[in-house]
Amino acid sequence: MSDEAKTYGFDTLQLHAGAQPDPATGARQTPIYQNTAYVFRDADHAAALFNLQELGFIYSRLGNPTVAVLQERVATLEGGVGAVACASGHAAQVMALFPLMGPGDNFVASSRLYGGSINQFGHAFKHFGWEVRFVDTEDPDAVKAAIDGKTKAVFCESIANPGGYISDLKALAGIAHDAGVPLLVDNTSATPYLCRPLEHGADIVIHSTTKYLCGNATSMGGMVVDKGTFDWGASGRFPNMTEPEASYHGLKFFETFGNLAFTFYSIAITLRDIGMCQAPMNAFQTLLGIETLSLRMDKHCENALKVAQHLEQHSAVEYVSYAGLESSPYYSRVAEYCPKGASSIFTFGVKGGYDACVKLVDSVELFSHLANLGDARSLIIHSASTTHRQLTPEQQSAAGAGPEVVRLSIGLETAEDLIADLDQALAKAVG
Amino acid sequence: MPNEHGSGAPLPSYSDAYLKRILTETKTIAAVGVSRNEIRPSHYVARYLKTKGFTVIPVNPTQAGETVFGETILSEMSEIPADRDPIDMVDVFRNSEAAGQVVDDALEALLERGLRTIWMQIGVINHEAAARAEAKGVQVVMNRCPKIEYQRLFGELRIGGFNTGQISSRLR
Repeated sequence: MSDEAKTYGFDTLQLHAGAQPDPATGARQTPIYQNTAYVFRDADHAAALFNLQELGFIYSRLGNPTVAVLQERVATLEGGVGAVACASGHAAQVMALFPLMGPGDNFVASSRLYGGSINQFGHAFKHFGWEVRFVDTEDPDAVKAAIDGKTKAVFCESIANPGGYISDLKALAGIAHDAGVPLLVDNTSATPYLCRPLEHGADIVIHSTTKYLCGNATSMGGMVVDKGTFDWGASGRFPNMTEPEASYHGLKFFETFGNLAFTFYSIAITLRDIGMCQAPMNAFQTLLGIETLSLRMDKHCENALKVAQHLEQHSAVEYVSYAGLESSPYYSRVAEYCPKGASSIFTFGVKGGYDACVKLVDSVELFSHLANLGDARSLIIHSASTTHRQLTPEQQSAAGAGPEVVRLSIGLETAEDLIADLDQALAKAVG
Repeated sequence: MPNEHGSGAPLPSYSDAYLKRILTETKTIAAVGVSRNEIRPSHYVARYLKTKGFTVIPVNPTQAGETVFGETILSEMSEIPADRDPIDMVDVFRNSEAAGQVVDDALEALLERGLRTIWMQIGVINHEAAARAEAKGVQVVMNRCPKIEYQRLFGELRIGGFNTGQISSRLR
């Protein structure tokens, strides 16, 4: 018998992975199991479920049939062994770090991150006793120097929000693994259609599914995907994975679940005790979005490139920071990490600075002025006065969100209409 | 990166198709090191495999003569009665070092009795013993749990959001 596994293309998997016909009804579309709790067969069954000796539905905080389909769908598209869904991208970052960190521990993060992540890491995580060490990930020596005996992870975004930057995942994975820690990659902006970080050395992938995966801006959600190849026992750094867990009769997750240990921990401890579960309705909406992910991402990228090329020639524009442009210092990384395209968020500098930017966002008609990305509609925001407002000027500039910077998330409209709208608004803003 | 199993060799990896073939062709398993303690993996993994239709023969010299899930625990693999043949697989619930002797005992007692696979549980890695088994034509799995792999490869882990690799539009 051949041991060759049947493989499927991305377009097939985005429709089918995780979603066989509903075993209870034959329903072909994944049903919304809007349900909190599940009946046990008998007392032995209940005991085995609570001891983690058998897997089954107990309570929707831990697992739900609709959410499980989304989890397997994203795990499959990313090439991981398992995935756990949660309420938002912010919750996903807690979920990704919770199995690894304890009070007094630290993780090393790229300074080029979504502003909300910089706030969460730098301020809220202090309440857990977690320290973040922001570094310029273009400087390998700085990354190495930031890692010490209490470091539990290296964190970056694949295509960084607000755009224009692509992390060198292979280099960062090498540094992290040499130090015995995993590389965690936020793949929200790229989606697994454009970039699969696990194939470039990452160990854990994090998503805000709210963005391109859902695609219609209907539903909040987060996801954490484990590749299942990191050796949690090698370094002694990860006692949650290797030491007896008091709340499960001394069960050791890595010993018991091996390459699935991280995912089991996320269900059995993080979801159980922190409780940031995803709503079944949101999982359903996100599954609908993922069914057309590849089609949408191709169009997002095509439109983004057209708009970026137009703006780069525009007299009111100082520069365009989009990795898909040949002028970008990170253009070569598109071919290496996301050859189908550099996604559709990017920034540009407006002549006239802060005031002109505010005028611009007040003058667009087709673009929506709001704080989100990855919608089917095109979006515009002035980061310095909104999403990155809480940061210091130094942090704003390091994150690519200085006072003259406007961020676009290019949608699926007719590209020429988007260009015309920006032209008329820039004329009003810069004069 | 060095691993806790000392040799610095990479952790073993196996294709899904290889593991699925083993779990499909296996009918009878000698579970060496099985425990009567219900919270130990060596108990509930063996119990689970029995509920899935495998014939599971418990072997553990320290608990020989006791009964676990309806089977009498044997002291040695050589004590397995001939009417249980063929013994397709030995599942090793011992540490990496002790696994070496278990493999040699299995090859001695069961090679002529249908032995096709030696499976070492999560955390159990013994490359030298694996090489001795493979030299006799016995296939080896190390650092994996047959319960987890069965649940994953046959769709049960789907409910936990694990990647089962199962794609189908047929109703099952």
